[in-house]
Amino acid sequence: MQKKLIFDSDLLDITLSRLCEQLIENHSTFDNCVILGLQPRGIYLAEMIQKKLKKLSGKEIPIGYLDTTFHRDDFRRRDTPAKASETKISFVIEGKDVVLIDDVLYTGRTVRAALDAMIAFGRPAKVELLVLVDRTNTRDLPISADYIGKLVNTLDSQRVLVELQAQGYKQNRIWLIDKE
Amino acid sequence: MSTLSQRHLLGIKNITRKDIELIFETADTFKEVINRPIKKVPSLRDVTIANIFFENSTRTRLSFELAEKRLSADVVNFSASTSSVKKGETLLDTVNNILAMKVDMVVMRHASVGAPHFLSKHIKANIVNAGDGTHEHPTQALLDAYSIRERLGSVEGKKIAIIGDILHSRVALSNIFALQKLGAKVMVCGPPTLLPKFISSLGVEVELDVKKALEWCDVANVLRIQLERQQIKYFPSLREYSLYFGINKKMLDSLKKQIVVMHPGPINRGVEITSDAADSQQSVILDQVENGVAVRMAVLYLLAGATA
Repeated sequence: MQKKLIFDSDLLDITLSRLCEQLIENHSTFDNCVILGLQPRGIYLAEMIQKKLKKLSGKEIPIGYLDTTFHRDDFRRRDTPAKASETKISFVIEGKDVVLIDDVLYTGRTVRAALDAMIAFGRPAKVELLVLVDRTNTRDLPISADYIGKLVNTLDSQRVLVELQAQGYKQNRIWLIDKE
Repeated sequence: MSTLSQRHLLGIKNITRKDIELIFETADTFKEVINRPIKKVPSLRDVTIANIFFENSTRTRLSFELAEKRLSADVVNFSASTSSVKKGETLLDTVNNILAMKVDMVVMRHASVGAPHFLSKHIKANIVNAGDGTHEHPTQALLDAYSIRERLGSVEGKKIAIIGDILHSRVALSNIFALQKLGAKVMVCGPPTLLPKFISSLGVEVELDVKKALEWCDVANVLRIQLERQQIKYFPSLREYSLYFGINKKMLDSLKKQIVVMHPGPINRGVEITSDAADSQQSVILDQVENGVAVRMAVLYLLAGATA
């Protein structure tokens, strides 16, 4: 199996810092801002970013988890139903500036489902998307990210493997691998 | 990714512990959904479900219908009392006619044991048994076990007493299967005439003294006397039944520990349970109803999603 390292721990840290600075640049005081991590893997990244923002700006931004399973458009089009994760949003989204966070942006279908799922909690004033890895030229839908960790050229036969310490791995590493 | 081992939910007997746990985990997420301001998700929006009830029902039918609507399914309702069944149509014909209108799933209640099993051999749609005669009522058992898990943390190792008309109860049989699969100990208690003869062969304990049953258990699941299924008299009078087998607050207070009181409904207040016991802090009767919607959403979601 071919394996190529996209992010190691140091590079990930630098990239996250840069993304946080970009967020600060656009949101300045974060008065009206909330973070939503997409289940199952975007939540770890969302927590890392929230912690970093607290260090950099001193603001504790409300964070929630959003599960998109029941809003996916591939239900009954795959062999088995996708397993749902917890949705935990303890604040009102109505009128807020929402930053959606996920690890990898691929076809854009998860983000579409997320936008749909989010509406059940109110009408946000503005929604932005932050992703760590943006797989270029792979989109099925007209969706793009506002904050991008890294643009990566990939083939359909490849997969992005995310290993984070928060998930129980020894080091933060992100790989591009060939599917068997 | 995860799926049930069966295409239909006909009874608890033919599903596995893993299936039950998957349903519970899925129900957890649906319980969060039905407590949102907008209680609806679009998962089943291209699925049509027929609720076919050949026997009366309020709670189960409402619960299924709500579950279906919260999943955005299209729902058609059918009840035998207002249909061609009265004109002499057979079960298979009735259902085939409904399926000819392109229905994907059938939720069925029938007075005959095995009716949904029979249908599952003849039609393509997924079938959910909503009660077949005195046989099984799988979703009720699932929501009962789910409510125990919610109140006590888990079902494993807990002692559950099922008290009342065991002979005519489909809830009792499905409960025994579900609770045993999840590792609980089960006892049945009631007048000897309302206990099936060989019930102990299922591995349950049999107790004739309700006081002793209450002292033994962590959870008491109290069942209704199903007068509509009793062709002969099984006990002298309802008054005598409630004197010997009815549960009241005084009895619950006299126990050393706080037990959980359950009832699948409809309650005959003052017969199998008094109002002060049914409405007490120990009762989870209304939680059962709420959990019923979440559990049924989970069952429908998992069955509809398994297209392989």
